[in-house]
Amino acid sequence: MLTVKNLRASVNGVEILKGIDFEVKAGEVHAIMGPNGSGKSTFAQVLAGSEAYEVDEAASEVTFLGENLLELPAEERARRGIFLAFQYPVEIPGITNAYFLRAALNEIRKSRGEDPLDPMEFQELLEEKMQLVQLDSAYAERFVNAGFSGGEKKRNEILQLAVLDPKLAILDETDSGLDIDALRIVAEGVNRLRSPERAFILVTHYQRLLNYIVPDYVHVLYKGRIVRSGGRELALELESRGYDWIRDEVEITA
Amino acid sequence: MPENTHDKPISTPASRVDQSTRELEEMASRGYRYGWTTDIETEIFPKGLNEDIIRALSLRKGEPEWMTEWRLKAYRQWKTMEEPRWAKVSYETPDFQDISYYAAPKTTPRKNSLEEVDPKLLETFEKLGIPLEEQKRLSGVAVDAVFDSVSVATTHRDILARKGIIFCPISEAIRDHPDLVRRYLGSVVPQGDNFYAALNSAVFSDGSFVYIPPGVKCPMDLSTYFRINASQTGQFERTLIIADEGAEVRYLEGCTAPMRDENQLHAAVVELVAHRNAIIRYATVQNWYAGDEEGRGGIYNFVTKRGTCLGENSRISWTQVETGSAITWKYPSCILKGDNSVGEFYSVALTKGRQQADTGTKMIHIGRNTSSTIISKTISAGQSDNSYRGLVRVMPKAENARNYTQCDSLLMGSRCGAHTFPYIDVRNPSARVEHEASTSKISEDQLFYCQARGIRPEDAISLVVNGFCKEVFDHLPMEFAVEASRLLSVSLEGSVG
Repeated sequence: MLTVKNLRASVNGVEILKGIDFEVKAGEVHAIMGPNGSGKSTFAQVLAGSEAYEVDEAASEVTFLGENLLELPAEERARRGIFLAFQYPVEIPGITNAYFLRAALNEIRKSRGEDPLDPMEFQELLEEKMQLVQLDSAYAERFVNAGFSGGEKKRNEILQLAVLDPKLAILDETDSGLDIDALRIVAEGVNRLRSPERAFILVTHYQRLLNYIVPDYVHVLYKGRIVRSGGRELALELESRGYDWIRDEVEITA
Repeated sequence: MPENTHDKPISTPASRVDQSTRELEEMASRGYRYGWTTDIETEIFPKGLNEDIIRALSLRKGEPEWMTEWRLKAYRQWKTMEEPRWAKVSYETPDFQDISYYAAPKTTPRKNSLEEVDPKLLETFEKLGIPLEEQKRLSGVAVDAVFDSVSVATTHRDILARKGIIFCPISEAIRDHPDLVRRYLGSVVPQGDNFYAALNSAVFSDGSFVYIPPGVKCPMDLSTYFRINASQTGQFERTLIIADEGAEVRYLEGCTAPMRDENQLHAAVVELVAHRNAIIRYATVQNWYAGDEEGRGGIYNFVTKRGTCLGENSRISWTQVETGSAITWKYPSCILKGDNSVGEFYSVALTKGRQQADTGTKMIHIGRNTSSTIISKTISAGQSDNSYRGLVRVMPKAENARNYTQCDSLLMGSRCGAHTFPYIDVRNPSARVEHEASTSKISEDQLFYCQARGIRPEDAISLVVNGFCKEVFDHLPMEFAVEASRLLSVSLEGSVG
């Protein structure tokens, strides 16, 4: 589904991603872990098409379902089925969640050659999906993320994921700032969205989330490179030993 | 006097929003859909202004002697006055002797029968989206169409007349309802009120007159559409709306003009009078030609709009969406005389290219328990300058007066300016006056967030801007709100690369 080869990206001339190789197949769940500043969020944002980073297009190669992703603007990536759940979802005052999400869904449907949903049809879909993350019906008429608590914002991201039905969902630190109840709601939502057609990339600092969403693969990102990959047990090892031993190992071999 | 200015408050590194400013400026001229002219034979007065011109104008309109004298009195006052210079706009003073003060299509407009209106005029308004043939019209709105200096058609007059409502060109009201006009004309905006109001009083050509009798709720929205067509002329319209005791009316105003290299002057006066328990809601979507990207041409929009809440429990509400004009100088205001009266001002002002807008309101609290609300939203793009200027004055006898003011500015790019000049003058200790202001930019984060959901950047901007304006759009009638929202989207089209 997604193939990343030697992905290099920088911001203001400082290289953050220093050659990432990575592959995701349909149905897989990958966790990307790493200490602060290792480039995890950058990786997530670059995949989604953020223009805040400069990708070294000569060196890097990113294909998604056979297409060169680097040539596509963010909205085209979204229309092809890439979804980023933001670490810091932004507020859009004056625009209701229902309006925003219907606009987004209809753009994606249009690009797939499907008819747009009218407000009634959309409302039905929205209400069904809202149950998934336990957001009450008043939510639809509230403004996008405006005045939302941290937990509500994250649940909103998962709701958007459920409604937009992407092929590849990237969750950027979705667990940060969540209390244990909210974490459980979010994780259950994600688990119910797992399917053989859909892949997930979970970017997280803590292994806590992985108790609820069990990944197929765990990768450790350090200083812009994936320095170690393994199964779920790698996350547990990180949990018990911290990131220091990775740091030590990498520094020694380097 | 509190004065706080947000002068180009934020500077950011080159972003897409910044880069886009150039394209936005290109769009500024391209995006104007109403820039064409109607080729019609026009009677135009020679340029220049003097007492003879005013007499000729008055004669041409078949006015009674008292009206001619009223105009001359205004003219004599105007000659002694100076053009106001306190607004945060810069422009060259128009040469008042180089303007023609009367232009009218040569065919005599017969407003009682649409069949007799020149088909070219009907076509013009049709093309502007204002079909005048009544059978085609939405039943919900009656329209007075003003073309250059004259009203060419007023629809639905029969239905309105049955309720005792008068809706006609003011030139006709002067002839047919002299008592009402003499009683109210200049009662809210006196002839010598300010430089441009005095000029208007001397040379106003046409506009709408509305009278709603006691206890009558106007069964449909009333609307005037102003179109400037002739070149080197000014448009000086005068509107007078009176809602008698317990009456209610909603009035809508729209305006466009062709694209021309020269600046054209539009100096209007609007007076509203609300008696006891009466409600007047006045909404404007102003889309005069704004000039090209270099700032050439465009309308100078120097307008005095004021309403008096004369009786107790009366209410006047101004809603405006200002997207056009090279220069805007306009402060729709409320004088709250009656006890418990309410004044409201809801405004969206968008400037782009080289546009300059200095707009706001005045709320003068005189009666007891009077309250006012001011919601101002300004959006600045390109190299434009957008100022809110507002006065809240609470007079000594205005016990328990209340005001709430909210001024929000949205900046696009880093070459535009947003300014807020609130004046608050409270002379009664029981008053409660609140002022809130904010300045923000459309952020890259907002754009990326929308993009990551499949929404193009230009649609994202429109989304953010519409959300920003929501509190004001909520006060517009449905069709006007849709039109306003569309207008903002068109204005901002091409604003990102």
